Amino acid sequence: MNIHLPRADVTERTLAIVGELKSLEGPLLPILHEIQDEFGYVPEESLPVIARELNLSRAEVYGVVTFYHDFREHPAGRHVLKLCRAEACQSMGGDRLAERAKALLGIDFHETTPDGAVTLESVYCLGLCSCSPSAMLDGEVHARLDEAELETLVAEARR
Amino acid sequence: MTVKIYVPRDAAAIALGAEKVAKAMADEIAARGLDATIVRNGSRGMHWLEPLVEVETAEGRIAYGPVKARDVASLLDAGLVDGGAHPLCLGKTEEIPFFKRQTRLTFARCGITDPLSLEDYRAHGGLRGLEKAVSMQPAAIVAEVTESGLRGRGGAGFPTGIKWKTVLEARGKQKYIVCNADEGDSGTFADRMIMEGDPFVLIEGMAIAGIATGATKGYVYTRSEYPHAIAAMTEAIEIARAAGVLGASVLGSTHAFDMEVRTGAGAYVCGEETSLLNSLEGKRGLVRAKPPLPAHKGLFDCPTVINNVISLASVPVILDEGAAYYRDFGMGRSRGTIPIQIAGNVKHGGLFEIGFGLTLGEIVDEIAGGTASGRPVKAVQVGGPLGAYFPRALFDTPFDYEAFAAKDGLIGHAGIVVFDDTADMLKQARFAMEFCAVESCGKCTPCRIGSTRGVEVADKIRAGIEPEKNRELLADLCNTMKFGSLCALGGFTPYPVMSAMTHFPEDFEPAPAVEAAE
Repeated sequence: MNIHLPRADVTERTLAIVGELKSLEGPLLPILHEIQDEFGYVPEESLPVIARELNLSRAEVYGVVTFYHDFREHPAGRHVLKLCRAEACQSMGGDRLAERAKALLGIDFHETTPDGAVTLESVYCLGLCSCSPSAMLDGEVHARLDEAELETLVAEARR
Repeated sequence: MTVKIYVPRDAAAIALGAEKVAKAMADEIAARGLDATIVRNGSRGMHWLEPLVEVETAEGRIAYGPVKARDVASLLDAGLVDGGAHPLCLGKTEEIPFFKRQTRLTFARCGITDPLSLEDYRAHGGLRGLEKAVSMQPAAIVAEVTESGLRGRGGAGFPTGIKWKTVLEARGKQKYIVCNADEGDSGTFADRMIMEGDPFVLIEGMAIAGIATGATKGYVYTRSEYPHAIAAMTEAIEIARAAGVLGASVLGSTHAFDMEVRTGAGAYVCGEETSLLNSLEGKRGLVRAKPPLPAHKGLFDCPTVINNVISLASVPVILDEGAAYYRDFGMGRSRGTIPIQIAGNVKHGGLFEIGFGLTLGEIVDEIAGGTASGRPVKAVQVGGPLGAYFPRALFDTPFDYEAFAAKDGLIGHAGIVVFDDTADMLKQARFAMEFCAVESCGKCTPCRIGSTRGVEVADKIRAGIEPEKNRELLADLCNTMKFGSLCALGGFTPYPVMSAMTHFPEDFEPAPAVEAAE
């Protein structure tokens, strides 16, 4: 997902996305989701375009982008592994699994492996609390994980 | 006749391999030339048995589970299409004790029907509530919901009918129904299961709310961590719109109601209703001070009903069967049924819907079957990250809003997370503060700063630095947060912290190694 488009393209695509969604009530979050889907993150070059089109200040748009954990200011790795760190997963050894994931990848949470393959993130609940611990790899959910399954997931992500 | 084989599409089943099972099943059916079709149903809620495959037979549905893709061939060899015997066979689904003991009103169809078949929905009693509602006066609908005793299932327990009445009586050229599907509490998944397993019941409940209050537009604000729920809800809304359940003329009546799904962006605080409204408006998810109430000035300053998924999904059965039918379940001022979500370190995790009143002990020991690890239960957190930790000594507390409040706890969204005796309660208390610090919207000082100070104080206790003084300080800080915060995030974080310290004081003593060094 490391896509670096020339500035003009970002502006153009942002304009198109905003044009498509600005008639919605409260369009900013849908627009930001769409931009992140398109580029893998919310490029800084998008912000003035969104602000102008929605008649907001650039600070207001930036304030919204930075409030929400989902929106990235930089591209993630090719794969994103999210491990649930919330209570139900803690009760089933989630902390141990998190340590193992960090060791396997050689990175901490919110970091990307040097080869750009995997970004490791924490998530607070995937709603799979009856079959903890759980994780999400590129949008696919995995539950009742043990170390062996985590290793398989990590290996899959590293490819 | 074509045999129906059910393989759930619920995210929990998928996380345990249901997609692979469905594919293997489809391949085997084709290879063997069987006259069978696969229905992707919701989950029955017995998650330790997922993926739970069912087959429809003359005697009823027969269950097999937990099924892995590699079991499919042997299941078909054993005559699965006729409900044949196999080591994974569990007998009739409805006779499985966990399922049989339940009273399923809100979840009546979940796991039984094809979630995206409106015909199936109708065939199982769907739309009867809305059909009644379109011919009723709005005030009569509100009265029915009020009389049912339904209280907000998101956690606050506020009477749903009173909220609706306020919106009905409020003036405004546009009113909204907002469904809070930002189910961020660890240990809860009831909203997710309804959206994935019976999305039409939520649509029906929201349409009834619209007719009852004069609102013509609805939003389902769903968390981004729930991609399967978002997909199912979005598709169901399109189907409902095409069938005339939603739109300019709901079921051919003069009432208009339409709705759409909106996706959150990973902020826990947006489960707080006023933050959610700001987020829907495209702003930072900051909490708003109340008053004004959302019922008067909610979304875009218009009168707004904001209800949890389960509250809204419970409305169709109330309209269909009548307020008295629903009210007759439950205890005290907690009327009707509650979908208890059993999670964490348990043998039998899943969703268990029953009238209010079971004791915590019955839920943990009998229904959940104790811990998955086989070790003794140490603590049970009830009501999500902002809920109290209950020790075994309080297991006689009945599941009821007031009974839990009397024990300095809350039932919240009715999720329970079980911990075995390896749990470290100081660590859990610290986590509650840390979570609050990360997720605080920053609007009010007790929550924004108190939570960070809370983490530091917990660390000092751990390090053995003036433990007695710091325990007092932690209690004092909790008191400030409880009474000084604007919303439940800062206001309820003291529940897990104080309950951990009160019920498990031994975990707040300095570590023995430190004592030895002194």
